[in-house]
Amino acid sequence: MTMAPKIHAEAVGKIFGEGANEFLAIDRIDLTVAPNEFVSIVGTSGCGKSTFLNMVGGLTEPTFGDILIDGTPVTGPGRDRGFVFQGYSLFEWMTVEGNILFALEKSRLSKPEKTELVRQFIHEVGLRGFEKSYPRQLSGGMRQRVAIARALVYKPSLLLMDEPFGALDAQTRGMMQELLLKVWEDHKVTVLFVTHDVEEAIFLADRVIVLASRPGRIKRELTVDLPRPRQFDIVTSPEFSQLKRGVLADIREETLKVMSLGDDA
Amino acid sequence: MPKTSSIAANAAAGRIDRRQSRRKKGLLRLRHPIPDRIFTSAGLVVPVVLVLLWFAVTALGLVKPLFLPSPLAILEEAWRQITTGILLEDAAVSSYRIIVGWLSAAILAIPVGILMGNFRLFEGALEPLISTVRYMPIVALIPLTILWAGIGDEQKILILFLGTFFQMTLMVMDNVKTIDVNLIRAGQTLGFSNTEILWRIILPAALPAIWDTCRITIGWTWTYLVVAELVAAQNGLGRRIMDAQRYLATDTIIFGTLFIGLLGLLTDYAFKRTGRSLFRWTADR
Repeated sequence: MTMAPKIHAEAVGKIFGEGANEFLAIDRIDLTVAPNEFVSIVGTSGCGKSTFLNMVGGLTEPTFGDILIDGTPVTGPGRDRGFVFQGYSLFEWMTVEGNILFALEKSRLSKPEKTELVRQFIHEVGLRGFEKSYPRQLSGGMRQRVAIARALVYKPSLLLMDEPFGALDAQTRGMMQELLLKVWEDHKVTVLFVTHDVEEAIFLADRVIVLASRPGRIKRELTVDLPRPRQFDIVTSPEFSQLKRGVLADIREETLKVMSLGDDA
Repeated sequence: MPKTSSIAANAAAGRIDRRQSRRKKGLLRLRHPIPDRIFTSAGLVVPVVLVLLWFAVTALGLVKPLFLPSPLAILEEAWRQITTGILLEDAAVSSYRIIVGWLSAAILAIPVGILMGNFRLFEGALEPLISTVRYMPIVALIPLTILWAGIGDEQKILILFLGTFFQMTLMVMDNVKTIDVNLIRAGQTLGFSNTEILWRIILPAALPAIWDTCRITIGWTWTYLVVAELVAAQNGLGRRIMDAQRYLATDTIIFGTLFIGLLGLLTDYAFKRTGRSLFRWTADR
């Protein structure tokens, strides 16, 4: 690949706490993500996957190493990146429309252009008819659609997602995964997707990064060459099963390691 | 027999509606729902029974009126206070003290609590102090408040302020701290400055909880009223009760206490209603 990387993380490490409470959350992560690539990061809880995502988002500062986005070091959060959190994190005092429009406040578009964009995105995530609803009136899946629209409406080139579908039931999660793939294909953004669900990670991504725990580092990287567009039943194919078996074995090994560490304590 | 709804009638199709026969037995099941009608009437039955009991005990002469006057005597006392205008005057004076005392506490506690909830430096600097002061008995501070604020209204207001401010500050801090931290992060990724995030995200997110803190703390301010009017007060609902003590006017004491409770209840209700219409978006459906 000769294209300039979208994300380039080099020797990134993170220490939390100080003094006696100091602990190494991430030992070393080197990762390069190409433009328009969809990369999933999986790992057991506490492997530092969310921490790494927060560092790419500029919400947490790495202790060691550098993260470059389009060749520029990350120094803080910015509008070149969109963030979707697990807990929806919508502004509950604003309507669906209001939440998405709020994300456009810092853009230089004219008022009619903004209104048009909001309308378009509400349509894209399938929330027509709910423009004036408040988040509390919506189901979990619908709330997460608002969050996705809010993270994409200002046209960031990188979408960071931290277990966005973790709180949804299995059926809704499946629908949301398909919606996300469609949006990703339409908008050609780069996606960094953190999850603990192995099937979800493979189904969505071009590449899956498996993290080892305590301290976090890359255990394995695998390329998913399943054809696109992917249908929901691809998860029953032999190719999919084979990929899944490998990742599951890795994750199991890590979980056992963490459990035995717990026993020692 | 409760009337059967058309839904139940249609669905029954000849079957027995078990809800009818099980109703009585179901009332004391653990965590079991009971009909709304029974739930609401239970809340009325208890006070009514208590008043009847009270009435019976006094009517039968089991207790001397000095210790417990009859409910009728309380009503007479109420009528006396209303017709002579004492009640209105007392209520006006006390409400004024409550409002000024509570409002000055709130005006200071809300910003301080917000600072403490958002900046670790302020929390570290003020939390130990406030946590200590809030356990100090307010009654013990009466002599000091007289020295500092004299014996006028200012002293009463100061007592109410002291009784409210410290608790309220810590509660507001907590209200601010418990908002979803990802809301702040979302604001940062959307390009908002710290000041904008504070005013346009943190404040609106914490406001319903802060409103609830206001409702709870004004209730506490009411409970401090008697303490506030303990010394050198000419009038007020609390003062009336303390004066009655000197003349063993038990009816005045009981009526005064109940009336303060009633005003507290009304304040609470007003806050709840206003909150519900201010923060419509907190309703689930």
